[in-house]
Amino acid sequence: MIPSPETKAKCEVLFTVNGKTKKVLTHPMERLLDVLRNELGLTGTKEGCGEGECGSCSVLMDGMLVNSCLIPVAQASGANIVTIEGISAHALLLPLQEAFLECGGAQCGICTPGMILAAVHLLDKKPEPTLAEIREGLAGNLCRCTGYMQIFEAVATAARRRVGK
Amino acid sequence: MRADPADYCLASPGSLLGVLSLLAAEPAQWLPIAGGTDVMVLYAAGKLPNRKLVNIWNIPELRQIEVFPDRIRVGAACTYTALRMHPIVSQEFPLLATAASWTGGIANQNRGTLGGNVANASPAADSLPALLVYDAELALISARGERQLPYRSFHIAYKQTALAPDELIRDISLPRRFSGYVSHARKVGARNAQAIAKVCLAALGRLANGTVQDVRLALGSVAPIPLRLVATERELLGEKIAPSLLETTRRSVTGEIHPIDDIRSTARYRAAVSGNLVVEFLEKLASEGENA
Repeated sequence: MIPSPETKAKCEVLFTVNGKTKKVLTHPMERLLDVLRNELGLTGTKEGCGEGECGSCSVLMDGMLVNSCLIPVAQASGANIVTIEGISAHALLLPLQEAFLECGGAQCGICTPGMILAAVHLLDKKPEPTLAEIREGLAGNLCRCTGYMQIFEAVATAARRRVGK
Repeated sequence: MRADPADYCLASPGSLLGVLSLLAAEPAQWLPIAGGTDVMVLYAAGKLPNRKLVNIWNIPELRQIEVFPDRIRVGAACTYTALRMHPIVSQEFPLLATAASWTGGIANQNRGTLGGNVANASPAADSLPALLVYDAELALISARGERQLPYRSFHIAYKQTALAPDELIRDISLPRRFSGYVSHARKVGARNAQAIAKVCLAALGRLANGTVQDVRLALGSVAPIPLRLVATERELLGEKIAPSLLETTRRSVTGEIHPIDDIRSTARYRAAVSGNLVVEFLEKLASEGENA
């Protein structure tokens, strides 16, 4: 995709979102976050700070956890994006949902989609994380309700259940 | 005021040559964007001076870490995650791997790049003191050609660098001759995760017969640019690490830095902590240096 440098015209971006091919006509500097929410109606991805500090807008891009508020949509061209809506098909969703409910890991809910995505990203790489690894894996996701301990406990619980311990 | 995407253009030439041609055609007009962890923050706040951006995230040669017998070459658009996961970086350049682990959360480490940290030129950047003590060398490339520049000559003044308007940082080379050194990395911030440093230290040293044979000290957030403590290093060479030396070193560090009061800390606190961090390193060097 090469937009003409001199024009500020919209361009076509083709990518995969939650397993489906999507084509959007948009300005290349439009934030991935806004395209997901406004063009594709995927409002599970939240905007918190809008500057990459809070992790509310976390999505997986080609398997990597990223802040979608910091990604110009043109850089997502050809990428495979998974949002919180797409996690409904992930084997970790049920254990994480149950553990977040049981441990009180979700309160107001704004950080929760980002927390779940960061947890999935962590547990996909490290099925049996230590507390330090859970803290590090979730360090980019801010929560103003829980004080974090319940969230760490929820992730640890989900991990234990998945590996059957 | 939030930026309107319709006011900006983002070109994706997809090749290094394509990027360099744009930079050459209109120097200083095009702002390279890799992972966007700095650029997109300014953009979203409506504070980005440039209206034209050029995508360098999808240029394969900027994303490689190459290993040679005498050095490693890190492509400028390599992420902190790539650095942390690279076996040679973690074995031989622990100060850089540690700095990469300090930089933001996982999501920002997946996008933030070493070249971006260098080009952004913040005196508080976590990875830059490590590049100073490892004697990093930059390859700067433009349509006119390529030049090598020792990293220590890159920062000229606060946020001002030796990069020409049509140039791009292609890679950062690190010589592989520090694996036998005692290394020490410390960051002091308001909280453990994600905070920007009040002070950070990268230090390397080696003892021989109980005296300092080589020592390399660099601090972040204590001057307008990332600072190598050359005078303090010189005073330490050939010395035996003893309590009296620690006290003179503390004074030397304080004399060499130029900290300021800002939102994150005060000049006085930074001066005291800088001395403490260097002394902490020397104590570690004294206890571990003979066996290293």
